[in-house]
Amino acid sequence: MENEVEISVSDLSFYYGKTKALKNISMDIYRNRVTAIIGPSGCGKSTFIRLFNRMNDLVPGTRAEGRINIGGLDILGTGVDVVELRRRVGMVFQKPNPFPKSIFRNVSYGLEVKNVKDKIYIEEMVEEALKNAALYEEIKDRLNDSALMLSGGQQQRLCIARCLAVKPEVILFDEPCASLDPVSTKKIEDLITELKKDYTIVIVTHNMQQAARVSDYTAFLYFGELVEYGISEKLFTVPADSRTEEYLSGKFG
Amino acid sequence: MKQKIKEEIYRCIFAVLAFSSLVFLVGITLTLLTQGLPLFREVSFMNFLAGTDWYPTYDPPDFGALPLIASSAFVTLGAMFVCVPLGIGSALYMNEIAGYRQKSFLKPLVEILAGIPSVIYGFFGMVAVAPLIQRIFNLPTGLTALTGSLVLGIMATPTVASLAEDALSFVPNSFREASLAVGANRWQTLVKVVMPSAGSGISTAVILGISRAIGETMTVLMVTGGSAVIPRSFFQPVRPMTSTIASEMGEAVFGQLHYNSLFALGLVLFFTTLFFNIIAEYISSRYRLKLGMGR
Ligand SMILES: Nc1ncnc2c1ncn2[C@@H]1O[C@H](COP(=O)(O)OP(=O)(O)OP(=O)(O)O)[C@@H](O)[C@H]1O
Ligand SMILES: [Mg+2]
Repeated sequence: MENEVEISVSDLSFYYGKTKALKNISMDIYRNRVTAIIGPSGCGKSTFIRLFNRMNDLVPGTRAEGRINIGGLDILGTGVDVVELRRRVGMVFQKPNPFPKSIFRNVSYGLEVKNVKDKIYIEEMVEEALKNAALYEEIKDRLNDSALMLSGGQQQRLCIARCLAVKPEVILFDEPCASLDPVSTKKIEDLITELKKDYTIVIVTHNMQQAARVSDYTAFLYFGELVEYGISEKLFTVPADSRTEEYLSGKFG
Repeated sequence: MKQKIKEEIYRCIFAVLAFSSLVFLVGITLTLLTQGLPLFREVSFMNFLAGTDWYPTYDPPDFGALPLIASSAFVTLGAMFVCVPLGIGSALYMNEIAGYRQKSFLKPLVEILAGIPSVIYGFFGMVAVAPLIQRIFNLPTGLTALTGSLVLGIMATPTVASLAEDALSFVPNSFREASLAVGANRWQTLVKVVMPSAGSGISTAVILGISRAIGETMTVLMVTGGSAVIPRSFFQPVRPMTSTIASEMGEAVFGQLHYNSLFALGLVLFFTTLFFNIIAEYISSRYRLKLGMGR
């Protein structure tokens, strides 16, 4: 399949106050591919992907330079409808964060705040999202139970369903398996591989094996700098940059 | 061996300290009961609670506490209308809207307000609020239920604001992020996610604020006038239970019915605030349970 650019980052820098957390990053992220972002703690991985849905707007005293183009729109521009952007670019967080509401209401939330009133449509979308998040079979009889009753892994899949229900184009995962056991992690990884048929996926992970398993492309960030970016297979076997090599070897022990 | 004795001594000291509040609670209840209950040898319980005349020094005396209870209820209800919107509004502003710098300046301000002695609020009510009320509504006196409500409401606001703010800041930020990330705006996030999650904490704040207003003495004594009739409007002077106790205690003779009747009023107050506090405690313990499950 031909590679189409979904997200185009050019000369992107980001500042927390005076600290430059991202340094002149340029890269293209491809549609229907899984792109992994790896790098040591504090190198700016979260900062980077949180720019794609403008989540960093919540942090006062920050500033971005450069451009991020998603589907033809320069999303860092001032006139951008952030709410609309976040519907197109969904996010799943490190710690499962379902609302203290029912399972159903968690998934329907995105439609509810979009003022969708059609009950039948909402029910269909919730069911579809739960199926696509590989959770439906486990919980179909207790959609009205509190989401907090679910296990950690189920909660994370619920969060994925919540994100899918608004039909985004891109899904950002920030260390989605960091708090999960190996079995739940496997489920999420399989799910990501499944989801890439319909979505463009960016995943931050500390787990090199995971990055190698699920991703098509990998970017290595180091102190806010994009050191290396390319096809995962190649980056993990014959890294071009010595820093990448050191990082990978250190990680693999 | 020596070490063991030492530990035992420490354990005892702390146990005594911990149980002292229980001792005080029992002591207070017993005092109220022994001094208040003798009233009901002469006056029936119903006549006390539902009687409409409070003339404790007449011959024969009347111990109908309804006007006093109604006055308390009136003033407290009025105070709620002030402290609930003001308190919750300030809490929401501080936590959800104001930036870090505004909050770091507002929160201590609220805490200072909470620490001002109630007499000072009384002065403020007498000198600033009462004349204003008198002029605006063209009343014979500015010392009315409305004045009392306003001043008490202002007084309870910092309590409500501070506790409600705590409740809001207890809502995990991950809830806010999750909501915004699926395309909710700030307002929807606040109403649909943050407020419901903080709901029980906010109700606790309101209940404790109200319970403070009910028990307040000095301020009410200074700004509500003091006629012991069942209030028909907010524009007339009233006489809540607390100010009745405070103003009549001096003239009541120990062991006489009047004296006992004031303790009986104390009992009513005591159980009302106890009731509110138990409800607040119940709600907040359920709240902790609910959020605890999220971990
Ligand atoms: N709110 C903030 N204010 C100031 N500095 C911040 C803030 N958030 C992050 N930083 C800084 O920006 C840099 C990048 O942080 P970021 O969270 O993006 O790293 P990360 O690669 O996601 O790390 P981890 O793997 O530990 O999650 C760090 O040096 C961090 O200290
Ligand atoms: Mg991170």
